[in-house]
Amino acid sequence: MPETITPEATAAQAAAFVCPAPLAQRGQIVLGHGSGGRLSAELLRDVFLPLFSNPVLDRMDDQAVVDIGGARVAFTTDSFVVHPLFFPGGDIGSLAVHGTINDLAMGGARPLFLSAGFILEEGFSTEALRLIASSMADAAAAAGVSIVTGDTKVVERGKGDGLYLNTTGIGIVPDGVRLSSSQAKPGDRVILSGAIGDHGIAILAKREGLEFETEILSDSAPLHNLVAAMLAASSGTDAIRCLRDPTRGGVSSALNEIAAQSGVSIQIDETCILVRDEVKGACELLGLDPLYVANEGKLLAIVAPEAAHEILAAMQRDPRGAEAAIIGTVGDQSAGLVTMKTAFGSTRIVDMLAGEQLPRIC
Amino acid sequence: MKYVDEYRDPKIAQAVASEIVRKVTRPWVLMEVCGGQTHTLMRYGIDELLPREIELVHGPGCPVCVTALEIVDRAIRIASLPGVIFTSYGDMLRVPGSRSDLFQAKANGADVRVVYSPLDAVKLARENPARKVVFFGVGFETTAPANAMAVWQARRQGLTNFSMLVSHVLVPPAMRLILNSPSNRVQGFIAPGHVCTVMGYREYEALVSEFRVPMVVGGFEPLDLLEAISMLVSQLEEGRAEVENQYARSVNPEGNLPAQNILREVFEVSDRQWRGIGPIAESGYRLRDEFADFDAERIFGVEDCHAEEPKECISALVLQGLKKPLDCPAFGARCTPMTPLGAPMVSAEGACAAYYQYRRHATHA
Repeated sequence: MPETITPEATAAQAAAFVCPAPLAQRGQIVLGHGSGGRLSAELLRDVFLPLFSNPVLDRMDDQAVVDIGGARVAFTTDSFVVHPLFFPGGDIGSLAVHGTINDLAMGGARPLFLSAGFILEEGFSTEALRLIASSMADAAAAAGVSIVTGDTKVVERGKGDGLYLNTTGIGIVPDGVRLSSSQAKPGDRVILSGAIGDHGIAILAKREGLEFETEILSDSAPLHNLVAAMLAASSGTDAIRCLRDPTRGGVSSALNEIAAQSGVSIQIDETCILVRDEVKGACELLGLDPLYVANEGKLLAIVAPEAAHEILAAMQRDPRGAEAAIIGTVGDQSAGLVTMKTAFGSTRIVDMLAGEQLPRIC
Repeated sequence: MKYVDEYRDPKIAQAVASEIVRKVTRPWVLMEVCGGQTHTLMRYGIDELLPREIELVHGPGCPVCVTALEIVDRAIRIASLPGVIFTSYGDMLRVPGSRSDLFQAKANGADVRVVYSPLDAVKLARENPARKVVFFGVGFETTAPANAMAVWQARRQGLTNFSMLVSHVLVPPAMRLILNSPSNRVQGFIAPGHVCTVMGYREYEALVSEFRVPMVVGGFEPLDLLEAISMLVSQLEEGRAEVENQYARSVNPEGNLPAQNILREVFEVSDRQWRGIGPIAESGYRLRDEFADFDAERIFGVEDCHAEEPKECISALVLQGLKKPLDCPAFGARCTPMTPLGAPMVSAEGACAAYYQYRRHATHA
């Protein structure tokens, strides 16, 4: 039998071998603050929410829903700083249109109008700008929304990364539709609309010059028609509790936010989550977990158990939801806890991303 | 996915786990040496499949975790110098030094870039002749050959603006330290498969005959680890102590000879400071004198930068397998991946971070 460690021995060891002190609170913005994970949440909690607090904002959904003259208007904004500007499956222009449409759609809204704000760096190619604008126009037309206002600023060379793009959107929420991340209830089912990780890996592969046998395409796509089909399938009920598009921070961050805001636990099943082979391969290679990788054309739905199959069937009839599946259940264990049943039958925590997801050393 | 899914088959895993249950008659303490193995064990919950008699303790094989505090401080100092492009594998950026980390240095204006290969850093040097490009050469024997090759290539290409901050560590001296410790509990080792891919396993045979402790060279997929554990249990139950190779699809006894040649040409064995453990004699690599022109510590004059590791966490005990992360009072409270007290909480491969990420609820249960 191994000998037991005495407290004296432990203390002696601890005294002999020492270890580092924590970093002081960060006084500066680091890249992790934009990762959509825990640092982003801290920034909201510590800086923005105390100053801007109001009932609409405090709901912390992807979009604000406000009553204006009897209409329920969904309102959202998003900035795009993606690099490279053109990537397999899309570009910053179409992404900016889809991203804002999706933020509106996650509130159940029918997207109507977008704005476009361009921040251009001196020296940026007008041809590239034309391509991006044309891609925006195509994406907006295909989605049935109009870009009705905009703004252009130019910054000195070296003070921007070519082009940054902001889009703001408004839409109308149909009567009776009230979706919010705070409405998940124990027993509810978690539906994921398709394979995860495509967008993040497509960007990373392009950025880092990684080549795979099959090109990985971004999943960037508008989801409002899929959402409309889901709402139609559950019309007149509150069966759809909340919708989230798992963009930055991936599925794990979106589920952690829902669990925290609803005060519930969520358990997902690893074997139900679809990850394409090429994405899985890239994640293996880079030491990334697909649960933390960004998507731009997928949604997570928390739905009432009795309506889950009907909503799922409606999703599967839509091209954007053909691969949708029920991936988990809402529970009443520790509030905010997200766990995953692995293929091995064991259970592990699915935590929120601490900072940037970093490629591992080996 | 080919070559991966075969090693993650839950049915076979259950079968191997049942075989272990059948074989085991008494408690055994096993250590997986490599951080990548720790990560797999936690991610797939392998320990939950094992009988109560098997206790897994997690070894010092996370290169990010054991890189000395003063080396991180030196990295930050070099990265912060004007004209420097400091390149590193991604997960070194979050490792706290005495007061800061490379992310903070980047936020302060340092040009810190993540690369996926040291050869990318060499390319960067060629493309930026007016800048000094430094690569952070950390890791075990696994990453050392590519780093040696980068220095060798830089010399061959006549680059004068490329250098490497070298802090390589070696596995066998750390295992020897654990085996020599009077409070050692480890009765069998899963030896690190990728290190052995490079170095072979002759060095481990020497340890086995000296300490009469069984070792199995193991891979990194769930079935690799279960099979390695099963082989170790067989050895222990039968009273054998030898080196067996579970990871034969990658490891041969002599290792990768061309890789060893480039290592010998560029590096020499030296003493190294291990974070959380202390100095270990002849436990690392440094650049040979012939390659001194590529030695970032010498070029930037940071050899005098020393750091005192403050007394706080129990990472030394964790890294030697004497304590589990959950035994630490700071775990999950004062020490999290956001505010790591100790290095094992920093990297995904660190034992504490792996526990935090996948097993924290054990503390709430």
